Amino acid sequence: MGTATSAAVPGTSVLGTGRRRRGEDAIRVGLFLAALLSVLTTVGIVFSLLKETLAFFGDVGIWDFITGTEWSPLFADPQFGVLPLVTGTLLVTGLALVVAIPLGLGTAVYLAEYATPRTRRVVKPFIELLAGVPTIVFGYFALTFFTPVVLNGVFGMDVPTFNALSAGIVMGFMVLPTVASISEDAMSAVPGSLREGAFGLGANKLQVSLRVVFPAALSGIVASVVLGVSRAIGETMIVLVAAGQQPNFTADPRNSVETITTFIAATAKGDIATGTTTYKTIFAVGMTLFVMTLLMNAIAIRFVRRYRQVYE
Amino acid sequence: MSAAPLSLRAKSGSTRVKDVAFRIAMLACLGLSAVVLVALIVDVLVDAAPVFGSRVLTSFPSSNSSAAGLQPAIFGTLWIIAVCALFIVPVGVATAVYLEEYADSSRWWNRLIEVNIQNLAAVPSIVYGILGLAFLVRGPLSLGRVVLAGGLTLGLLVLPVVIISGREAIRAVPPSIREGSMALGATQWQTIYKQVLPASIPGIATGVILALSRAIGETAPLIVVGAATFITFNPHGLVGDGAGFSALPIQIFSWISQPQEEFHQLAAAGIVLLLGLLCCMNGVAIYLRNRYENKW
Repeated sequence: MGTATSAAVPGTSVLGTGRRRRGEDAIRVGLFLAALLSVLTTVGIVFSLLKETLAFFGDVGIWDFITGTEWSPLFADPQFGVLPLVTGTLLVTGLALVVAIPLGLGTAVYLAEYATPRTRRVVKPFIELLAGVPTIVFGYFALTFFTPVVLNGVFGMDVPTFNALSAGIVMGFMVLPTVASISEDAMSAVPGSLREGAFGLGANKLQVSLRVVFPAALSGIVASVVLGVSRAIGETMIVLVAAGQQPNFTADPRNSVETITTFIAATAKGDIATGTTTYKTIFAVGMTLFVMTLLMNAIAIRFVRRYRQVYE
Repeated sequence: MSAAPLSLRAKSGSTRVKDVAFRIAMLACLGLSAVVLVALIVDVLVDAAPVFGSRVLTSFPSSNSSAAGLQPAIFGTLWIIAVCALFIVPVGVATAVYLEEYADSSRWWNRLIEVNIQNLAAVPSIVYGILGLAFLVRGPLSLGRVVLAGGLTLGLLVLPVVIISGREAIRAVPPSIREGSMALGATQWQTIYKQVLPASIPGIATGVILALSRAIGETAPLIVVGAATFITFNPHGLVGDGAGFSALPIQIFSWISQPQEEFHQLAAAGIVLLLGLLCCMNGVAIYLRNRYENKW
């Protein structure tokens, strides 16, 4: 039986018995199938989104969807203009970036260039801790502390209970670890010889950090920001809890806004029947979100690849 | 020759000031995030203090805030996490082993799998909820809003975490171990099963714990999949009538959505429990990483 198998599979090793090799092949196939499951997940996501999205555009004109400025799918006279959701998403994302980029990059430069190994051992777990806080907890913090105590109290503003400002700023702290850790990796990957060369020419620490290391790591830093944007766009709970759920077509952060993610969560929460336009709406909006984050991710991967090619 | 050093010296007074200012700015960045984290924890603890106790842990949800509790949410979370773990451990480890030990990365399908896992790691969690809704709850499998659907949805969501950390752990086992095993006549699978996997278990376990701690805190996909916010029984079973479920983050969200202050205190109590659970799990992960760290 051993010879039969080895004859059937030319080119494989002549050592070992046939029975053993058949078992080996079965295991190999089993492992491959497990790996294939991740591809099937993607196929499943794309298929389920695409199917209902196409059905949705049978009910609603694609042009009305993309350019409409009124979003009221649950009203008696439903309007399906997605722009308020998109601007709401971009508004909150923009606010988050205003917090996350400077704080994240400051943290990254400090960790990569200034901190002693001992300080790094304290600071890095702290950043990981921030990254591990569930987003619902950030949402609670934004609603019950940041809006009433910080915005209305300390800064003396007069914002309503639900507003984009509080959700965006708190989301910035959720995005910060992503920006900080990827930027720090990129800066640490810059070879020491570049720093030594600059020091040799008389540059000080600040000049080396900002004019040598920072530009050299720029593609990785851009990647960290793009991934941060992608996280902010996809974040649901902070906005759902703290920004209210009103699809306002506005750029004023003191208003309540609805984002793409919060619409999906809020709508799916109610038990809606399969096949209705409302049910399909979830998928059309989800498709918009999926395409946006996929695009961001593709850009980020391209940038990361660039800095790897240069230094590794 | 002398021009460059001269110009640097001329500026050196102001650059020193700039250097100090920059250091202060960086420490301010760190300080601000520290203040936010501390404020968050203190806020939650202060809010939870009046209600935290055995009643909150053992009671069922109620419209009366002084009688409401977390029991079904706790059991729901345990059920979902168990399903999630049973799913991600075999599938995640098998994928990691395949990609590290078998896959020939010059083949297009293996590269496709790698790129795909990278992309999946960045897909927003709510999109996994949509997948769960379309495929598991309704559609082809039509399981309904049950424990199995919730656990599998979260499993798919955190699978990339397990795969990526599993691959790193397997890659850290030096080739000499494999070569020694093969030289003694072991097949490839025997080598993996008896040598590579045991050596990489601490790394894999760390990845699994981190993945599960992410799954525990996920709320959005469970909302879409249809976790119940008001439930009067603990789940018993994976599918069918008794398998409706709630979960800690879902219950917290439900209480946050109530306007009354009393419910916010209950939510804070739930958050304290959730954060405590996460701290324990991360503590175990860090312990494993330090205790069994192999130095080859």
